[in-house]
Amino acid sequence: MISYSIEKEYQGLVDAYEKAGGDRSTLLSKEVAKLVIHENKVLGVDGVNGIQIETKETETGVNIYFLVEEGAKILRPVHLCFGILPQEGLQEIILKVDAQDNSEVSVIAHCIFPNAVKVIHKMDADIEIGNNAKFDYKETHYHGDFGGIEVIPKAKITLGEMAQYENTFRLIQGSVGTLDFDFEVFSGARSVAELIAKVYSKKDDVIKIVEKVHLNGNGARSLIKTRIVLRDRARAEVIGETYGNAPYTRGHVDCIELVNGEQAVAKAIPIVSVTDEKAKVTHEAAIGSIDKRQVETLMTRGLDENQAVDVIVKGILR
Amino acid sequence: MLKVEKLQSKLNGKLILNDFNLHVNRGEIHGLLGENGTGKTTVAYLIMGVNNYQPTEGKIIFEGQDIAKLSVSQRAKQGISLAWQEPVRIEGLRVGDYLKLSGNNLEIEQTKRCLRMVGMEPAQYLDRDIDNTLSGGERKRIELASLLAMHPKLAILDEPDSGIDIISLPLILNGIAEMSKQGSSVLLITHNEKVVEIANRVSVLCAGKIIRTGVPLETSQWFKDNCRTCVHINEPEEEDKKL
Ligand SMILES: Nc1ncnc2c1ncn2[C@@H]1O[C@H](COP(=O)(O)OP(=O)(O)OP(=O)(O)O)[C@@H](O)[C@H]1O
Ligand SMILES: [Mg+2]
Repeated sequence: MISYSIEKEYQGLVDAYEKAGGDRSTLLSKEVAKLVIHENKVLGVDGVNGIQIETKETETGVNIYFLVEEGAKILRPVHLCFGILPQEGLQEIILKVDAQDNSEVSVIAHCIFPNAVKVIHKMDADIEIGNNAKFDYKETHYHGDFGGIEVIPKAKITLGEMAQYENTFRLIQGSVGTLDFDFEVFSGARSVAELIAKVYSKKDDVIKIVEKVHLNGNGARSLIKTRIVLRDRARAEVIGETYGNAPYTRGHVDCIELVNGEQAVAKAIPIVSVTDEKAKVTHEAAIGSIDKRQVETLMTRGLDENQAVDVIVKGILR
Repeated sequence: MLKVEKLQSKLNGKLILNDFNLHVNRGEIHGLLGENGTGKTTVAYLIMGVNNYQPTEGKIIFEGQDIAKLSVSQRAKQGISLAWQEPVRIEGLRVGDYLKLSGNNLEIEQTKRCLRMVGMEPAQYLDRDIDNTLSGGERKRIELASLLAMHPKLAILDEPDSGIDIISLPLILNGIAEMSKQGSSVLLITHNEKVVEIANRVSVLCAGKIIRTGVPLETSQWFKDNCRTCVHINEPEEEDKKL
């Protein structure tokens, strides 16, 4: 009976994933490592050589320990799937990642909340990337159109020497609801960190994104890149902070918010600071309506204004 | 195909064009020569209807219809397009997709052909974005390829040669010749009298109006002899003080 219901939920998630444009075969394939969680239930865990995934269900979510063994180079991306299918629910994920020295992995996380009316998805992550390890994390959200969802991802990331960390957060489909995103990176010597966030907000969506990088090791580099498109009455505040605390560190904060709605409100607060004279941190932020010359250029090719705006929005969020 | 008649344009109260007349025939490459600041781009914008440019007087007749009140999209749908002097950059828009949309869902093989016609290797460019990672010259050549993809009845090329080095110039000229072979009429705007040699006819713009139209070699020689040293480049005459 229990396994039947798990099977059903699994199918439900896979269906929702496919409906949102995902490729169902990746979630069903036996050859990729994956972890599928619905509400506070672990529906499936498949490891591969070099990866250990341990889970513990709690009352409100799941605690996950994700280990990439020293020197392990994982060929295929690991898929994580977090979802809540009913209209209401709470999911608290506590994630501990330990990517050991010289390991390499890329993780693709699918967050699926197609019917949310009153849903909370929280993630608290503690991510440690070892020396010379590579960790690439891409998280894509599939939301319904109602907007009754709160997404609260928080992460603390520690990078060893020469570690490479890339985080891409995408919330383009459906209504955002409320997003409260807070990532903080502590960079070791000659490590590279890239934080990319792309969000398409509509209706009454409220977005707050805080991304901080502390370039603490010699020659550490970082890029914070944020792209937000706002429509209707959506509000967004983006805070990108980078601190050059060691010699030869290089950091850049790059934020674009496109406002395409008379009542939408966008704010960008870049904070850059250096405490070492040989560090260099730069920023650029652009907030405004869609560039008229871009629109007109596409119109000279026969697109009407709405189609042109669509192409520009898709581009910036790609 | 295009008849611009008695066009007048004022920008911020300043007279830029006055009594400007120009005919572009079906199938021809029509060169428009003028020094910096004579109003060439203004002409292009007025015909295309971009940048809020509206004639203060005169008519723009395209295929028998006055288009001066049409929107940019409507003009494009009628078959007019513009390769901008300084093409915009659009983040996240791939070269391949730009050409595809230019040609109203053009097939990939055709987009490759358009790139080759301006001397660009498709494999190297199709997946690049038309953002600021392209060099100025690359972006200009893609703008030309975009018009090849669109295949308009009338292609307005605003200085397709500026920012193009001596090695790439023949490629650009080849692209323009191909455009004409494909059946587009071309209004070729430039201040380079070498470039207009590929035109069928050439007009010279000075002091807000066309002051001469003729065959390329003779007209560009006249342009060189007269306009390079001329003093009243962008000062259109009011009605009472003619040239
Ligand atoms: N908004 C404006 N207000 C006032 N004058 C303007 C405005 N825009 C352009 N001009 C002037 O109009 C004249 C014609 O400009 P235009 O850009 O059409 O020249 P052009 O022939 O294309 O020059 P170039 O060879 O440099 O491209 C110039 O003298 C310019 O300074
Ligand atoms: Mg010009």
